Formats: sequence, C-alpha cells, structure tokens
Amino acid sequence: MTLNLTPNIPDPDGFYDALLAAHEGLEKEQSDAFNARLILVLCNHIGDRDVLRQALEAAKAP
Amino acid sequence: MVDVRYDLAFKLYPYARVAAQDMPMQRLPVVVVGGGPIGMATALDLGRKGTPVLVLDDHEGVGQGSRAICFSKRTLEIADRLGAGQAMLDKGVVWNVGKVFHGPDRVFEFNLQPEAGHKMPAFINLQQPHFEKFLVDEIRVAQAQGAPIEIRGQNAVTGVAPQDDCVVLDVSTPEGPYQIAADWVVACDGARSPLRNMLGLSFDGRVFEDNFLIADVKMTAAFPTERWFWFEPPFKGSGQSALLHKQPDDIWRIDFQLGWNIDRQVELDPTRIGERVDAMLGEGAEYELAWTSIYTFQCRRMKEFRHGRVIFAGDSAHQVSPFGARGANSGIQDADNLAWKLDFIVKGLAPESLLDSYSAERAHGADENILNSTRATDFLTPKSDMSKIFRNAVLDLARQHEFARPMVNSGRLSVPCVYDGMPLNGPDELDGPDITRVGAPCIDAPLDRGYLLDRLPGQFTVLAFNCAVPEIDAVEGVPLTHVALRMTEHDPTGALAQRYLGTQPRALYLIRPDQHVAARWPDTDIDALAAAVKTAIGKGA
Repeated sequence: MTLNLTPNIPDPDGFYDALLAAHEGLEKEQSDAFNARLILVLCNHIGDRDVLRQALEAAKAP
Repeated sequence: MVDVRYDLAFKLYPYARVAAQDMPMQRLPVVVVGGGPIGMATALDLGRKGTPVLVLDDHEGVGQGSRAICFSKRTLEIADRLGAGQAMLDKGVVWNVGKVFHGPDRVFEFNLQPEAGHKMPAFINLQQPHFEKFLVDEIRVAQAQGAPIEIRGQNAVTGVAPQDDCVVLDVSTPEGPYQIAADWVVACDGARSPLRNMLGLSFDGRVFEDNFLIADVKMTAAFPTERWFWFEPPFKGSGQSALLHKQPDDIWRIDFQLGWNIDRQVELDPTRIGERVDAMLGEGAEYELAWTSIYTFQCRRMKEFRHGRVIFAGDSAHQVSPFGARGANSGIQDADNLAWKLDFIVKGLAPESLLDSYSAERAHGADENILNSTRATDFLTPKSDMSKIFRNAVLDLARQHEFARPMVNSGRLSVPCVYDGMPLNGPDELDGPDITRVGAPCIDAPLDRGYLLDRLPGQFTVLAFNCAVPEIDAVEGVPLTHVALRMTEHDPTGALAQRYLGTQPRALYLIRPDQHVAARWPDTDIDALAAAVKTAIGKGA
C-alpha cells in the first residue's frame, strides 16, 4: 500500500482544533507523553509496515 | 600452580596425576578447554558418538553462583538427546506466568502456556551449577558405558601454539606443566577466553554502561512461581528495573538495575543488599542471602568462530546481555552444531571445511541473539529522553490496550535460530509448514509411543511421512537412520501432520544429527536424497 499524502481528513480546521485542545493545560512533559501515546495508537491502527516506513520517511525534515 | 578463581558448588573432578604428565607429548583428536556447560555438552556429545575427547578445566568442579537460571526448550531437547534432560526437568522449576509492573502498578500479565504436544516445557528455571552437574553426571554414565571421555581437573591451559597439523597446548597443573598436541581444540573458556587472548583475536561489540546486582535469596515465601518484572520499581533504591524469579530449593533470583556510576564494594555490602531486598519483599520477610554478584555486560562476538584448528563455542565466541536467556542457551546450540561436525571430521567422513559451516551457522545465531538482546536492553534502559518517553508511553498504553503489550520488552526469551540460506542446506521442495522449513530445528510432536525427537538421537535420519523409505543405508560412508511414520498409525493428536505436512499428503525429510532439517521433498527420491546428504556434510558441488 502507498502512504496517503493527499488531504484525507474531513473538516481539517476542526481536527486541528481538536488536536490542540487535547494538549490544552498539559505541561510540556505531559504533552510529550500524550504525543508518544498518540503516535503509537495511530501506528498500530495502520499496522502495514510498508506504509509506516513511508510515513517515517515523509516525517523527516525536508 | 593453578589459580583458584572461584569457590566450587560441586567438586566433581579433583586433580589427579595422569601418565601423560610423565610421557612424551600425547597426541589427541579433540581437546575441550573449559569444563562449563558448553564444554561438557560438547564432550558428552562427542564421547557418545565414540570420538575420544579430553576436557581440561582449571578448577576441580562446578563453580558456585546460580548465574544462568533460565533454560529453554531447545536446550532441554539437546540435553535430552545427550541423556541429561530428564534430570534437569525433574529438578527445574516450570513457570508460565509473567507479570509486568511500572512503578507500583501492574501493567499486564502474560501466560506462556506452552503449545501442547512437546516433551519439554517452554522453559525451566534451574541454577547453572545443577545444569552443569547433570551434564557431568551423564558423562560419568557414558564413561561407564565405554564412551572415550576424560576430564582433567586443575589443568589450566597457559599456552597455545597452532601448527600445520595440530595445536600444541601448554598445560599447568599443581605438579608442574606438561604439553598436549591436539588435532582440534574447542575453546569453551568463557567470555574472558584466555585462549582467544593468547591467539590475539578480537572480540568486538557494544558495551552497555550499566550494573546489575543479583541477589539470590532463600526463603519459604508464598510468592507464586511467576516471573515479576518492574520498570521503575517503587521500592527504595531498587534502580531502573527489577526482577523476581523462582529457582529450585526455595531460592529466588532478584535482579536490580543499578546504573553506571556505582561503587561495587559498597553495593556488595550484605547490609546494603539486605536493605534493598527488604524494601522489595516488604517488612518482616524472612530470607537469607544465598549468592550475590554485580555484573556488567557487553553484546559482542568474534568475527569467525573457527580459527584453523581452534574452534570457539559459547561465551568465548559471543556474549549477550542476560535479558532473554540467550547466553547459555545459545552456547548449548553451538555444542549441538559443532559436535557432529567434529565427529565426522575425526572419523574421516567429512572435509575439514565442514567446520566453516559451524562458524557461519552459529554466527548467524549469535547475530540474532545480539539483535534481540540489544533491543531488550534499549527498552529497559532508554538511551535518550525521547526513547524514555516512548518506552513509558508503551507501558502506559499496555495497561488498557492489548496492542501495546507485545511492544513491552523485558527480554525476548530464547528461541532456536533457523539456519536460513546456509551452505549445508539442501532443497526445500515441499510446499509444507514454515516452522519445519529447511534449516529449522525439528519441532517435537507426540507419536503413538513417545515423542518424535526421541526418534532422532544424533545421526543423519531419513524421516518418511506417509511415503516409502528409500532403500539406501549410507551415503559416502555416512550412515542413514530410517524412520517411517504413517499419520493413520503414529499421529494420535494430529500435531505431527500439522507440523510436518501441512496440506501435503506425504513428505520426505532429511534430518541432520543436530535435529535440524537438511532438506525436504514431496515424495521419495533416492538421487536427490544422496545429493542432499553430500551437501549437508560439506561435500556439495
């Protein structure tokens, strides 16, 4: 499977808002932990090692 | 003089003067240097096959200290082939349940409920001195039956001089030195291998900056027979991780990860160890300290395990972290791999180059073990802030979510390696189960009487499932044992068909003396079989 790098989330502004809201009131340490948990939850949902490899690649600084 | 470096748990082979010390240099086919578990297993295997073997050990028996405590199914199967498996099983503690804690909270619990239909359990816990003693006990049995094995205690090798056709060893004894010439030397002299150092061979890898305190305590506590592992344990002074694990004779192994900058002498003070143990076990726990030690570890291996006529096995060749029980267990697989090859070479049945396959196959195994053990170590001891954040995220998620539990790594317990793509492998023409592919160790299965592995006692074996046994008793002088099994008669549980046939109606397997699959076909084919035997003994085209 190929990693989807085209717009895929309905209501992008709403999602972005929800993402920031989840971090609201958290200390830096708590936010870091939250992000790590979120990444792990999402990676497991994807599961496909090939897609995950492409995602790791895409996330690297350009 | 021979230095005494450690106290003995069992004095099994006291020094005794032998005639060779007063005679011209003796010439022997195989000398094993080091009488630990790997040396003794190698000697027992060779001796049972009829190849004369001498073991030189610089002590007079088995050293104290539990050290390796977790022995895997494959190790027990190999020990069983050598005759020592039942004694180990009778003495050892079988366990299945593990609990993982993070701080004071239980993260999750696992059950390694073993797959049914194996003679041996997935693991037993047994102190290393007992494991070693059972091997020596079996050597005594084999000697009484005529196996040409000799053990010389307090015989320390102090010099090694490789020649074209032999290796000359300088041996030191309480009554002075003598020399031995050996066709082959097997160096089973441990992680600090004096032989390796004398030959100036490198031993590269990664050093882990950490100290672990072991406290074996004797107590009659009501703790269940389970493996308890703590990340960031809540009890005072216990370090970054801790382990509680049961051994025979009411002994419990406790392990504390202390970090790098410690004062060993201070930490080994029994009062201080007592404080840590009290904090872990709770007020009023009654116990006595049976053995304590601080260890550091490395993950490293030699580039080649064979150097001419000197072959390295066990910790002398490769070293791993203790997480996952891959030290002694992989060393026993070295012995299993090496003994039949040396036996064939001594008997003139195989070319000396067969030993290069030992190095290739076992280095492959060592790499797998080092990889697994390094990954476990990185999980236990995160090396950066971010790796600690992810580690703790995994532990947090694992409490509620099943998906995160397989990522929790407190050591992946030893499984035998598959010799995929190795030079001795023959064709894999059967569209059969992956677990018994060419290169894999045979998977045990119950028969109508006994177990499959009981039928594979250390020769090349032709295993015919639902097909005719080819009428061929030997190839190039190598005898072939035949085992014909019909699923309608010999497979009461269906496990045999499931593990060796899959969806196929019949199959022919060629099995090596170390019970690894050398080749397999969908039906009997004498010419292909003969070719595969030649390949498996290093005489392939």
